[in-house]
Amino acid sequence: MGYISKSFKHLFGYRVARPGKEEQSEELRAIYEAKKGTLSKSDLEKVHIEHKQPYGGKWLKRRWLTLIAVNLLFVVSFYFDIQLLEGALTASRFVGFHMADLNSALQVILAYKVMVLNLFIGTVTVFLLWVLLGGRTFCSWACPYHLLAEWAEYLHLWLAKRKIVSDHSFNRKVRTVFYLLFVVLALVTGYTVFETLSPTGILSRALIYGPGLALLWVLALLAFEVFYSRRAWCRYVCPIGMTYGVVGVISPLRVTYNAEACHHEGDCRKVCLVPHVLDLTIRGGASQVHEDVGADCTRCGLCVDVCPTDSLKYEFKGLSKLV
Amino acid sequence: MSDQNSDQKPKAKKTPPKPGEKTRREFLRSGVLAAGVLGASLLGYYPVLQGSALRLRPPGAIKTPLDEQEFFASCIKCGQCVQVCPVYAIKLADITDGFGIGVPYIDAREQACDFSCDGLQCVLACPTGALTHDLNFPADTRMGLAELTRPDTCLAMQGQGFKGQARGADFKGVLRFSEVDRWNPIPLADHPFDLEICDLCVRLCPIEIRIAECAAEAENDEPQNTARVAQKIGNECPPRSAIKLVPMPSDDGVKRMQPVILDGCVGCGVCEMVCPPQIPSLTMNIKKTVDHPGGA
Ligand code: SF4
Ligand code: SF4
Ligand code: SF4
Ligand code: SF4
Ligand code: SF4
Repeated sequence: MGYISKSFKHLFGYRVARPGKEEQSEELRAIYEAKKGTLSKSDLEKVHIEHKQPYGGKWLKRRWLTLIAVNLLFVVSFYFDIQLLEGALTASRFVGFHMADLNSALQVILAYKVMVLNLFIGTVTVFLLWVLLGGRTFCSWACPYHLLAEWAEYLHLWLAKRKIVSDHSFNRKVRTVFYLLFVVLALVTGYTVFETLSPTGILSRALIYGPGLALLWVLALLAFEVFYSRRAWCRYVCPIGMTYGVVGVISPLRVTYNAEACHHEGDCRKVCLVPHVLDLTIRGGASQVHEDVGADCTRCGLCVDVCPTDSLKYEFKGLSKLV
Repeated sequence: MSDQNSDQKPKAKKTPPKPGEKTRREFLRSGVLAAGVLGASLLGYYPVLQGSALRLRPPGAIKTPLDEQEFFASCIKCGQCVQVCPVYAIKLADITDGFGIGVPYIDAREQACDFSCDGLQCVLACPTGALTHDLNFPADTRMGLAELTRPDTCLAMQGQGFKGQARGADFKGVLRFSEVDRWNPIPLADHPFDLEICDLCVRLCPIEIRIAECAAEAENDEPQNTARVAQKIGNECPPRSAIKLVPMPSDDGVKRMQPVILDGCVGCGVCEMVCPPQIPSLTMNIKKTVDHPGGA
């Protein structure tokens, strides 16, 4: 299956069938074959000890720093009136250049049905930026809700380990339904309905312009994720993630998988926000020795950090491998 | 899908739900989730239909006086207008405004727009045209219309003067007083008055101030300076008068004056902000403008 069709299937919530034997390259089949019966528990323990990269690896640190810096730049810029990054995440001006969040711009265009030049320029700029940087990279490297949801996720997992809560999954197609629903609502009602709910916009504005009652909604979402369903908003609802996901389909920045040393033990799938994109790490799940992770991946790097065999890496297509 | 890995082996723990049962439950849950989120988002209609989201908006807010729908639709809720305003007149609405969340408004009694930015900075900053760029000068704005809603509290109508800080010592609002500092607005509390009869609403009306400035400039202007004249015409200089005090008939010898709103009023709210009584005599009617005095 091609990268693009795989990415769209992931994004829209469809199941990506495991590649049949005939779809797998001979080289890969030979690797799978050679691993049969050799991947013992003690082997895995050994690589785990050697790897020593539990939670909080270098990519997590870099990412949190970046996310906090981006959001703080808005705050500092307004607070000290240095006019570096004016506005909020929904739309802003970076040293004078217009930027507009793609999903917010889409909602405005659908509701208002007019697009002025500045909004057009801002939308194109941001589109190009995230094509370059990997689409859903926005989610894990810039979205303020992502950071809170990540913390809520730790709490959820901690509670789940103690059997105090359990994860209730939803059908992933429901995100596609939501996406269409918000498009139709904006078109029909003439209001940017999604913005009323968007924790991304609410948090960004609360940081810059001061807190308000809207934060209660964000708290409710976080509580839902802690006590009922892991990462529910980002996994099953948020259209922003979907919009950037689609942009990421043509992005050259990806996480890439190498099947050679992989133990198929699934450490990566346990930490991932969108584990379906890592199905290729299941034994027999890939079709090439080197294969890219689909565009629903937020490029958060948790799997890159956690993989004990270094089988997952960042890659910028066309450039030599990063790090 | 991660949760449907085909290599899941049925384990003989407790009573494991059959795969079909699991899918069915997940499907039902998803339906409930969809209904829940949809319901929550449509709650945003309530304040809009109720009219509680109707507020005084920054200059250039595209709206017909009764319908803010287009303004809500076109605003991307970024607050760039908030950031450029020198008097911090603009705030962003909270979730209690439903679909109006993140949309800018002005609470005139707390801090009105006094146009001290001169060039309508908020309009220039707006990336989506929610604050329409068709607007060039303060006198062209139509935010609402001032109304004498409480004549009983008006000091001028009782023939009273005014001495001291217009809104008391604790009032945080600022205004530009050109004679003090043309570039930096100062707290209203730092500029006390001593008036024989209260005329703050007229004296501090930014439109009236512009008319006076134009008149002063015209006096010492060289008549041959055509460029200047052209600019003035463009600037609609002088604008039409917005408010004046007219003498009231009196049989007890006390001089009383009544504020009268004229067809130059733009609804900026400065008169509402500076009006000294606890309950201001003048308030902004946001459903009317001078072009639609009947409100439609
Ligand atoms: S899916 Fe939405 S809320 Fe989640 S990180 Fe991405 S933009 Fe933010
Ligand atoms: S695949 Fe890796 S980088 Fe992508 S979202 Fe999952 S954990 Fe993050
Ligand atoms: S016109 Fe100027 S003073 Fe008035 S609200 Fe806009 S930025 Fe503020
Ligand atoms: S600048 Fe324009 S789009 Fe942004 S909040 Fe103000 S009115 Fe809305
Ligand atoms: S009369 Fe009041 S509302 Fe009207 S322009 Fe003057 S100060 Fe503004």
